Amino acid sequence: RDIFINNEWHNSVSGKKFPVFNPATEEKICEVEEGDKEDIDKAVKAARQAFQIGSPWRTMNASERGRLIYKLADLIERDRLLLATMESINGGKLFSNSYTLDLGGCVATLRYCAAYLSTNDCVFYFPDGNFFGYTRHEPIGVCGQIIPWNFPLFMFIWKIGPALCCGNTVVVKPAEQTPLTALHVASLIQEAGFPPGVVNIVPGYGPTAGAAISSHMDIDKVAFTGSTEVGKMIKEAAGKSNLKRVTLELGGKSPFIVFADSDLDSAVEVAHQALFYHQGQCCIAASRLFVEESIYDEFVRRSVERAKKYVLGNPLTPGVSQGPQIDKKQYEKILDLIESGKKEGAKLECGGGPWGNKGFFIQPTVFSNVTDEMRIAKEEIFGPVQQIMKFKSLDDVIKRANNTHYGLAAGIFTKDIDKAITVSSALQAGTVWVNCYSVVSPQCPFGGFKMSGNGRELGEYGLQEYTEVKMVTMKISQKNS
Amino acid sequence: MAHSVKRLPLAQVMTPGSWDAAPHWAPCSAGSLLLPLPLPLLPACIFINNEWHESKSGKKFATYNPSTLEKICEVEEGDKLDVDKAVEAAHAAFQRGSPWRRLDALGRGWLLHQLADLVERDRAILATLETMDTGKPFLHAFFIDLEGCIKTLRYFAGWADKIQGRTIPTDDNVVCFTRHEPIGVCGAITPWNFPLLMLVWKLAPALCCGNTIVVKPAEQTPLTALYLGSLIKEVGFPPGVVNIVPGFGPTVGAAISSHPHISKIAFTGSTEVGKLVKEAASRSNLKRVTLELGGKNPCIVCADADLDLAVECAHQGVFFNQGQCCTAASRVFVEEQIYPEFVRRSVEYAKKRPIGDPFDIRTEQGPQIDQKQFDKILDLIESGKKEGAKLECGGSAMEDRGLFIKPTVFSEVTDTMRIAKEEIFGPVQPILKFKNIEEVIKRANSLEYGLTAAVFTKNLDKALKLASALESGTVWINCYNAIYAQAPFGGFKMSGNGRELGLMSYLLELHHSVYFSLRS
Repeated sequence: RDIFINNEWHNSVSGKKFPVFNPATEEKICEVEEGDKEDIDKAVKAARQAFQIGSPWRTMNASERGRLIYKLADLIERDRLLLATMESINGGKLFSNSYTLDLGGCVATLRYCAAYLSTNDCVFYFPDGNFFGYTRHEPIGVCGQIIPWNFPLFMFIWKIGPALCCGNTVVVKPAEQTPLTALHVASLIQEAGFPPGVVNIVPGYGPTAGAAISSHMDIDKVAFTGSTEVGKMIKEAAGKSNLKRVTLELGGKSPFIVFADSDLDSAVEVAHQALFYHQGQCCIAASRLFVEESIYDEFVRRSVERAKKYVLGNPLTPGVSQGPQIDKKQYEKILDLIESGKKEGAKLECGGGPWGNKGFFIQPTVFSNVTDEMRIAKEEIFGPVQQIMKFKSLDDVIKRANNTHYGLAAGIFTKDIDKAITVSSALQAGTVWVNCYSVVSPQCPFGGFKMSGNGRELGEYGLQEYTEVKMVTMKISQKNS
Repeated sequence: MAHSVKRLPLAQVMTPGSWDAAPHWAPCSAGSLLLPLPLPLLPACIFINNEWHESKSGKKFATYNPSTLEKICEVEEGDKLDVDKAVEAAHAAFQRGSPWRRLDALGRGWLLHQLADLVERDRAILATLETMDTGKPFLHAFFIDLEGCIKTLRYFAGWADKIQGRTIPTDDNVVCFTRHEPIGVCGAITPWNFPLLMLVWKLAPALCCGNTIVVKPAEQTPLTALYLGSLIKEVGFPPGVVNIVPGFGPTVGAAISSHPHISKIAFTGSTEVGKLVKEAASRSNLKRVTLELGGKNPCIVCADADLDLAVECAHQGVFFNQGQCCTAASRVFVEEQIYPEFVRRSVEYAKKRPIGDPFDIRTEQGPQIDQKQFDKILDLIESGKKEGAKLECGGSAMEDRGLFIKPTVFSEVTDTMRIAKEEIFGPVQPILKFKNIEEVIKRANSLEYGLTAAVFTKNLDKALKLASALESGTVWINCYNAIYAQAPFGGFKMSGNGRELGLMSYLLELHHSVYFSLRS
């Protein structure tokens, strides 16, 4: 495995490599070239070159750019099985999820983006005075993109799709835990025919390669998905270096509010999936479940029943419902938070500890009688731990749901239209789902309020974030309306 | 119903003005290089619900090859009853809960995208059919018409899931948002000058927005539309989404314009018929109307223009597609100082224009579409001579060559002559003289047409001034016929209503509904 720059494969400048593991077995899969500052510099040079006025990429018709992206989507579809398998082995992700949701989402997102630019009109303006003006929506330039390990390929596509469709060039650092699928797609990018330097991929670690990107003086924008803690460092580095534009998709502690009038079966099932999907390793995980008093006990009972049905095991095996956590660090952090739950007085309904003797498996865990000051109600767990809390009134639950510096997503279950609209307008969250959860689609803008992020990804709003607006104003001898 | 490829006699290339008979040449036929033989069966029937039907009346009509004047085949002739059947199918396909209505926007886009792939796969076949049916040079059909079709389909495929409404902060305790919904069953009447391309211009935006459609292709040129029908079926559009009824204007066209269950009609053709369509639409059910009509497009060449560029663009601008373009540059206004030189160079160009067998790769000009057009053009040429314009070259039909007309240039043309006022739609270039900018703006704007205009100048100020002053839907500066799927196209005044392509077009395929909800 190598570093991908200018459509060629390079070794790391330092000669170092790092290992990549299978979290289900804790075995090493392979070693990958480890990029550092010098490799990032090389990649940025290539990306900058590819972005020069007059370059093949800059002079390409928007419709042709779209064609290349469509081609990439087709190639990913062709290699779907291979990529899904790789993703499962490297990410500990259930194979059925990798194949249907991750890969399906990648292809749909690319197809959405491919067509976007030919629909990206510029506007003409009529400033006061004898002037004629128009805007150009230009690409920003060289974009640095740092990808997380929870949806490695999917998040990679969420980053490069919009960037490329708007005409930028990119330098990507995939997560050090999960670089493999990005590197395979690099070969598809080459096969599709993207000009050299348009996409460059440098695997490596955050403090080295990631930091190099955030503070690089010749990168025009950085896009990061990951923890709020690291997001703050990136924004700081961006400010200290060259004021590069920043978009961040960070953590969440998303509230899921169930009213007494909701369809209980549906609410239990959706709340369950909303937390436990992908071992709880989702930024949108519904990790604060607020249930109205009158249905609380029944809700808890059904949720526990649901969680107990889980089959843990190797994610490639059909019939397995939960795979391993990504690595030791996460594993230990989750177990620590579970202990805090027990210590701080939450009632452990099921699970509560590790599973198996190999791999980073944790039993699906449900806590009830959770109160707002407990650590498990405040800190992002990123594991299979469900907190169920009680509420009395609508105003009360809105206050409590908003009482966090996070604001990524929220869910509401109710049949009452007034409650649905009131609560969805009141919640401080970038996405609010009503009677559903995790509905994510390339047409819809996604992103966080408050410290869950800056900016939006996908949809018209998200794609605008990869353009820089230029206003051209020309003097004319006489303006007529 | 089926027809086999007729091996067209390989004609010698004729250049008007110099008869260059060189029998030892073997002009290669571009078609025979690319055509897979034998040609697949072409269903020359009415296409409803993804099935092929005979006409209710049992009638058929013939379609001809204007180069050879031979009949290509017979096609089922639709009439009012067939239109009714097609509308019924389109209406059913549009019902709430139907496969088409329930399809994700992305899915609609994907179907259009796959249709583009199939058009690309069968590009040579479609280009051949188009050339046989219209007489346009094969290379033009292949590289221009088909290219435009594929790109337009892909452009609209991309729009399908980006049609967004808005939420609006109104007063009071109200939630207000807009949804952009498809209109319903759309009728489309397409012309014979760019049969497949104009069909795609109608079909793609309509389908991208979720409408269903009933199409009447021009009676002179139904074949590529019908072939497209078979591709639509192959891609897997649900039955009833696209329906094609070949037939004549006064029967099928009129039935569509006045149909009470068609919610919108889109027509490309002459201004005269456009008015009839709009009237019928009003009298029947106030269906929405978009029209792309004729033009008498001014091409203004200032003294500081790049003369070579201007001459070439003006030449292609008027002679392209045998002069049969709504965008034809049929009033060339040239600034006094450069007038004689401009005329001299234009005549040189016109004399060199290769006319001949459309399948010959050297041909730039084929025959006119039919006898009616041919007669009209010759009549206008005669009027030019009679009213005192100076005939510089051409001025008559090719001898013994059916519908071929020699590229014709008139100079000393004045505004009152018929050739300066009426749309000719033939290979005739009237060149007029002007003194200053103010004057030419007035003269260019003096007609009721307003489709396109072109300006040739190096001076930025002149360019911008003319661009804002000219009453035309499209103004080209130092170029001509620059038409792209992304850019809206349509006429001012009587050159049309509404716009096609670009963002604007789809806005016309949609209702904007506004929803309110009380409280909170």
